[in-house]
Amino acid sequence: MKIVYTDNNATTKVADEVIEEMLPYLGEFYGNPSSMHTFGDQVGKKIKEARQKVADLINADPEEIVFTSCGTESDNSAIFSAIHAFPDKKHIITSNVEHPAVKNLFMHLGKKQGYKITFVPVDKKGILDTDQLYKRMTEDTALVSLMWANNETGVLFPIEEIAQKTREKGILFHTDAVQAAGKVVIDVKKTDVDMLSLSGHKIHAPKGIGVLYIKNGLKFSPFLIGGHQEKGRRGGTENTVSIIGMGKACELAKKNLPVVNTAVRKLRDYLQNQLLEKIPSCSVNGDLNLRLPNTLSIGFDAVEGESILLMLDRYGICASSGSACTSGSLDPSHVLMAMGVPFKSAHGTIRFSLSHYNTPEEMDHIILALISVIEKLRAMSPFWKNGKLI
Amino acid sequence: MWEYTEKVKEHFMNPRNVGELEGANAVGETGSLSCGDALKLFLKVDENEKIVEASFMTFGCASAVASSSALTEIVKGMTLDEAAKLTNEDISNYLGGLPKEKMHCSVMGQSALKKAIANYRGIQILEKPGRIVCECFDVTDLEIIDAVKANNIGTADDVTNYLKAGGGCGKCIEHIEEIIESVKAGR
Ligand SMILES: Cc1ncc(COP(=O)(O)O)c(C=O)c1O
Repeated sequence: MKIVYTDNNATTKVADEVIEEMLPYLGEFYGNPSSMHTFGDQVGKKIKEARQKVADLINADPEEIVFTSCGTESDNSAIFSAIHAFPDKKHIITSNVEHPAVKNLFMHLGKKQGYKITFVPVDKKGILDTDQLYKRMTEDTALVSLMWANNETGVLFPIEEIAQKTREKGILFHTDAVQAAGKVVIDVKKTDVDMLSLSGHKIHAPKGIGVLYIKNGLKFSPFLIGGHQEKGRRGGTENTVSIIGMGKACELAKKNLPVVNTAVRKLRDYLQNQLLEKIPSCSVNGDLNLRLPNTLSIGFDAVEGESILLMLDRYGICASSGSACTSGSLDPSHVLMAMGVPFKSAHGTIRFSLSHYNTPEEMDHIILALISVIEKLRAMSPFWKNGKLI
Repeated sequence: MWEYTEKVKEHFMNPRNVGELEGANAVGETGSLSCGDALKLFLKVDENEKIVEASFMTFGCASAVASSSALTEIVKGMTLDEAAKLTNEDISNYLGGLPKEKMHCSVMGQSALKKAIANYRGIQILEKPGRIVCECFDVTDLEIIDAVKANNIGTADDVTNYLKAGGGCGKCIEHIEEIIESVKAGR
């Protein structure tokens, strides 16, 4: 069966060009980039090239790029470094729709280390309450950490504006741009963030490679203390193969950015509008405009997400319910709950996240499959009668 | 992904006895939209109290659908007395087992069946004393307090193991923790 992959916010296909770039360094060129011999140094040169390509994607300087093991490590490193930089400040701010990589660390810091945590709410479209945010920023605030784009709904936060406010108040600002990269323009010269996280496997590089951008001049305390790698900001011999893959992936992401914002957006909009038109009682979660071009979170009343996914699986369709992390639990996702999405559609929410590898034919396949899946499940549902929710 | 047996998958993809049952004289409902699963069970019982037909409507995950489908197959041909003895393990065993996290789906089947039987016999299921804490499994604060005291329970996980409370949607876990705290504090 042909696989229709529309779960790109969970992870992406490693691009062929990326694999091609990596392969020699998995085999032939296995040297240590720090070694004092040409054999190792040729790997070192390749890493330098990769660092430049990553920097180019977000308009940073190459010295501002630190490679990590994943998006989660980048988030954790940034947050720990910020609180170390201001040991006297005991207040940190985030939103209530963050990825667990930020949310759970904040809860941990609140519970175990006595930090006062502010979770800034969002409205029913997933838009951040920036008035609340600015009101809560005080002398005691060490850090504001907010995601650029939400992994479940695709909703975007006004990072540029927030960066200005935090700068005025002298508060450190970290943004998790894991879902934004390759989908919206990121320019750290214009958007004045202190730290920014990226993850390879969301932009067609392999899993297990992350990036932390650290603004020049910012005091940084490393999370992994060890060798001199990454200028002492992240110990451990470099994951050379993945770093080289990440460089190529960033180069491609920059090139494909216009495609994602035209062709991919068009596919997403087509899928969205067809589903809204052809399936009764369904609704899109998240603001329709302030949203990633590839993401569609859509809730179907009176049916349950896991059932939908398993039936879609029979059609070879890969999507997710809420986020990949919550698909193993029975709660509706914390993001949808924070937005106040009603239970009737929250439990039946499916996220489709596209990439430039998707085609119009695939969208038609999804539309036809979903029409029949939802019909079948609603015929079974005690909350559905005569074409309506009861 | 959940580890489902072939039998669960088969019952999910081809559920038996779906829909309202015309002429049903025993109906039992359990669960809610907010919990994430709900089951409405229909039975047709003859004059000898034998279940001659059964059907269901379910909102929920694959194992909820499969458990409901299995339930209707199991009870067909049983007398009400026999059906009253059916446990959630019987439903789970019929399906070759359910993942631990999904056991509540079989509990839901058992509970709907009890309610349907009570409905047939015209018995009002008495409201349990206390306030419902866990909506998924219908567990009250008094039951939790009793269990915590009797078994010296210290964590919400253990409350779930004893009473299933908190094992469904998980919304009440904080509430359960508060109850444990208050029992410990001797209040
Ligand atoms: C917004 C966001 N932040 C962080 C992560 C974590 O990235 P990684 O899987 O590389 O640790 C993810 C991916 O799951 C994400 O979507």
